[in-house]
Amino acid sequence: MSAVIEGRSGPWEMVIGLEVHAQVVSRAKLFSGAATDFGAEPNTQVSMVDAAMPGMLPVINRACVEQAVRTGLGLKAEINPVSVFDRKNYFYPDLPAGYQISQYGRPLVGKGRVLLDLPDGATREVGITRLHLEQDAGKSLHDQHPAKTYVDLNRSGVALMEIVSEPDLRSSEEAGLYLRKLRSILRYLGTCDGNMEQGSLRCDINVSVRRPGEAYRTRCEVKNVNSIRFVQQAIDYEARRQVEVYEGGGTVGQETRLFDSGRGATRPMRTKEHAHDYRYFPDPDLVPLVLSEEFIAGLREGLPELPDEKKARFVGAYGLPPYDAGVLVADQETAAFFETVAKGRDAKQAANWVMGDFFAALNRTGRTIDDPPVSAAALGRLIDLVADGTVSGRIAKEVFEAMVETGKEAAAIVEEKGLRQVSDTGAIEAAVDRVIAANPGQVALFKAGNPKVLGWLVGQVMKATGGKANPKMVNEILRQKMGA
Amino acid sequence: MAAAALTGLGLAGARDGLRAKRFSARELAQAHLAAMETGRALNAFITETPERALAAADRSDARIARGEARPLEGLPIAIKDLFCTKGVLTTAGSHILEGFAPPYESTVTANLWRDGAVMLGKTNLDEFAMGSSNMTSAYGAVANPWRRTGDNRPLVPGGSSGGSAAAVAARLALGATGTDTGGSIRQPAAFCGIVGLKPTYGRCSRFGIVAFASSLDQAGPLARSVRDCALLLRSMAGFDPRDSTSVERPVPDYEAALTGGIRGLKVGIPREYRVEGMAAEIEEIWGRGVAWLKAAGAEIREIALPHTRYALPTYYIIAPAEASSNLARYDGVRYGLRVPAESLEEMYERTRGAGFGKEVRRRILIGTYVLSAGYYDAYYLKAQRVRALIARDFAEAFREVDAVLAPTAPSAAFAQGEKMDDPVQMYLNDVFTVPTSLAGLPGISVPAGLSAEGLPLGLQVIGRPFDEETVLRAAGVLEAAAGFDHRPSFLASS
Repeated sequence: MSAVIEGRSGPWEMVIGLEVHAQVVSRAKLFSGAATDFGAEPNTQVSMVDAAMPGMLPVINRACVEQAVRTGLGLKAEINPVSVFDRKNYFYPDLPAGYQISQYGRPLVGKGRVLLDLPDGATREVGITRLHLEQDAGKSLHDQHPAKTYVDLNRSGVALMEIVSEPDLRSSEEAGLYLRKLRSILRYLGTCDGNMEQGSLRCDINVSVRRPGEAYRTRCEVKNVNSIRFVQQAIDYEARRQVEVYEGGGTVGQETRLFDSGRGATRPMRTKEHAHDYRYFPDPDLVPLVLSEEFIAGLREGLPELPDEKKARFVGAYGLPPYDAGVLVADQETAAFFETVAKGRDAKQAANWVMGDFFAALNRTGRTIDDPPVSAAALGRLIDLVADGTVSGRIAKEVFEAMVETGKEAAAIVEEKGLRQVSDTGAIEAAVDRVIAANPGQVALFKAGNPKVLGWLVGQVMKATGGKANPKMVNEILRQKMGA
Repeated sequence: MAAAALTGLGLAGARDGLRAKRFSARELAQAHLAAMETGRALNAFITETPERALAAADRSDARIARGEARPLEGLPIAIKDLFCTKGVLTTAGSHILEGFAPPYESTVTANLWRDGAVMLGKTNLDEFAMGSSNMTSAYGAVANPWRRTGDNRPLVPGGSSGGSAAAVAARLALGATGTDTGGSIRQPAAFCGIVGLKPTYGRCSRFGIVAFASSLDQAGPLARSVRDCALLLRSMAGFDPRDSTSVERPVPDYEAALTGGIRGLKVGIPREYRVEGMAAEIEEIWGRGVAWLKAAGAEIREIALPHTRYALPTYYIIAPAEASSNLARYDGVRYGLRVPAESLEEMYERTRGAGFGKEVRRRILIGTYVLSAGYYDAYYLKAQRVRALIARDFAEAFREVDAVLAPTAPSAAFAQGEKMDDPVQMYLNDVFTVPTSLAGLPGISVPAGLSAEGLPLGLQVIGRPFDEETVLRAAGVLEAAAGFDHRPSFLASS
C-alpha cells in the first residue's frame, strides 16, 4: 500500500512513524486517587497531588501499570521488568508541578508489533518501538474570559500510554489502517476507549520523504492530531510539502508543526512553543517500577482473544476469506454478534448477512452494534427460515427490512405478509404452464439452444407467484416442461 | 511546680511528671507559651499557635485523667515550618508561600498528634531549608541563644532547622521537629548545644513536608537529650503508603535501645574527616569522644571513606538539581504569592523573582544548569555515580565497624553576617554531615563540650541503614560521658 509521490524529478516515498497518546482506562489517575470521568465540572476531579500542592507526593496506581503491561502484551512486546519514571520539566499553567512524570530512558514496554490487515487480505507488520506511561496535563481554557486564561485540572495526572511506532508506514492509508488496528487492540484489551473526539486517543506524526531505496531523510513532527481523517490529511499535505521543498532545491529542517484542520495544511509551531530543554531526570519521589515474572504472567493469562488470533480462528474454523474475517473482528462486539449468528449455521451465509444487509441497516438507521435494529438471535432465525426453505433468499431480504422497521420476528412477518415460499408442485406447475403459454417466442429461443432465456422465464414465474415460489423448483419444472 | 522548672524538664521528665500528676498539661503548655513570649527576640518562631496549644493541652489533661495517656501526651513541641500543618500558616521560610495554610497535615506531624503531642508553633528556618545559618529566611534571621564568652554579637543557630534548635536550646519547647537534607538537623543541634537525629532515608514519611531535595530530605527530632530524641523518633517514624520512598519495616522502641552498654561495639574513625584547616578544638573534642567510647568498652578502628572529598561538590549538584524541579510548582498560578503582569512569562518572572530569596534563586539556577542538555552527563549523572561510590565507602566500612564517630561541624557557631559573601565558605559547614545524607544513613549530633569561646561543639555518630538503635545507644554513652550541662546565655524565663 505504499504510495509513491510522482515528483517532477522522479518518484518519492513517504516514511511515517506515529506516536499515539492513549488514555488509560482506570478509575483513578496515574499517581493519585482522583477520578478520571470525562465531562465532569471543571476542577472537581483534582487531588492535592494533581494540583501539586506543597509536600504532596506521587504514588503509582497499580491498575494503570496493569493496563499498560496488558497493552504491551497485546502488542506482542517485551515487558521490561524494571522501568523508571522521569520528570520532564517545563513551565505552563496547566502543568501544576512544573514537570510531567513520564518515562524517558527506561520505558515499561519495549519492542513489539502491530499487523495491518490490507484490503487484498494480506497483512503487513509495523514495528512498535516502545510504550511508556506518563501523566496528562490539565487543560487551559482561553475562551472563558476576555483577558484571562482559566485552568481545568480534571485531566491533570490522568494516565496516558505513549505508544511509539517504528517509521514503518509508507502511506496515509497505512497510517489509517495502523491507527484503526491499534485502536481495535486497545478496545479489545479494555485499556483505552479509543475515543478520539474526547481526546482519549491523540496522535503525533513523524513524516519524511525519500527516494525509494535511499536512507531516511530529515523528518518533521506534526503534533496532536485528533482524528484518523486529519492524520491522513496531515501526512499527505506534509509529504507533498517536503517533496516541493526538495524539488525546489531546498532542504527540510527538523521542526515541529501543527495541523490546521480548517485549511487541511500543516504550519510550523512558533519557536517559543517548542524551544524547551526538558531537563529530564529520574523522579526522586518514585522508586524504579519493578515487575515480577508472576505479575506479568498473571496478566498474560488474563488477556482476551485479540483481533489477530480471532481473525485466524474465523478463517480456520469458519472458512471465511481473510479480508471478511478482518472486517468482522475489527471490534469485539461485531465479532461476538457474528459468532452468535453463525452458531450452528452456515458461517459464510452468516458473514454475508452481517457484513451485507446488517451493516447497511446499521448505517442507515445510525444505530450501533450495542443497540442493533435486529438482534443476532433474530437474524439467525431469519437465516434458518432460508435454510429450511420457508422463504427464498430474495424474500428473506424483504423480511429483514421489515424486521428492521418493526422489530418483529422473521417468522411473524412471514406469516403476516404471507411470504411463505410456495413449494407446492401443483401450484408452481400451473404458474409455469401459464408463463410458457404466454411466451411462445422465448420458449422457442430456449429450445433453439439459448440458455440465457431460462433466467428470464424463471423471473416471469416468480413475478406471477409474487416472489414466493421456490426458485429452485421453478427452475426444475421449467426445464422439464420445455423438454430440456 | 514553678514555670521555669517546667520548661527546664526534658520530654521524658515532663512525661513522667504529667503521668504522676505533679502538674497539668495546661500548666506545661502555659509555661512554654510564656517562655516563647520572653524569647521572641530570638525570632525562633514564624507562627505561634497558643490557642491550639492550650486546647490540645486540655484534651491531654482529660485523657490523663481518664488514664488514657498516649506516648507523647501533653508534651509541647515546636514544628519546623517546612511541615504542612492543616489550617496553620506554612511558609517554608519563603515569601512565595505567603498566606498559605494547607488543607492537609504532614504524616510526621499527624503521627505526633496521634501520640498526644501539643504544637506550640511553627519554627523559623532557612528559606526552603536551603542554608546552614538561618540567615536566608524571609522571616528574618534566628539568633542562637548562645553567645561567645565576653562577646555579645548575635550568633547563627545553624541551619536550616535553626528556629527549632534555638527554641529547644532556649527552653521554649521540650523538643522540635527538623528536616535534614545535608546536615540541617545535626549542624544546628551542634551549634545550639542540643541533640539532633537524622534518621535513615525512608524511616520517616516525607508526605506533607515541603520538598527541597527529595532523595535527601528526611525528618528527624531535635531535643535536649538522646532519650528525648528516641521518644520523638518513635512517634515520627513509620511506613507511609503516601510516600513511595518510605520503607515498610517495624518501628522499634528506641528508648529501650538506650542501655548504655556498648562493650565490644566497633567504632570507626574516618581518617578523611581530618580536613585541612580544621580547628584544633574540633580535633580535640573528637579525640575526647574516642576516649569516652573506648572507656565504655568500644573498639576503636581507623577506617577509610576515600570518596569523602567529593561529597560536597556531589551534594551541591544533586540537591540543587532536585530543588530546581521541586520548586517549579511555585509559579503564582494556584497558591501563595502572585505578582500580576501582562503576559504569562512576565507573571512567572515577577512572582518567582519577588517570592524567592537570593540563595534559593542561586540554587535553582545551579540546578537548572546541571540538568540542562549538554551538561547533564558531566554534572548530574557523574554526581549520581559519585554518590553511589560514597554510599559504597560507608557500606564497606560498616563491614568492619558498627558505627562511625566524627565531628558534626568544622567549627562552632559563627556570627550573623559571617560567611555570607562566600557561599562556598557557607557550604563547608556541611562537610561532615553531607556524606551521611548522600548515603542515606542515620546520624546524630550530641553536645560534647565547649569551645575556647564558650560555644557548644557537637560529635556525630553515624550508623548502618535503619540501625538508629545503635546510633542512639552510642550517642547515649557519649552524652553521659560528656556530662554537658552548660547553659546558653539566653534562657527563657517564664
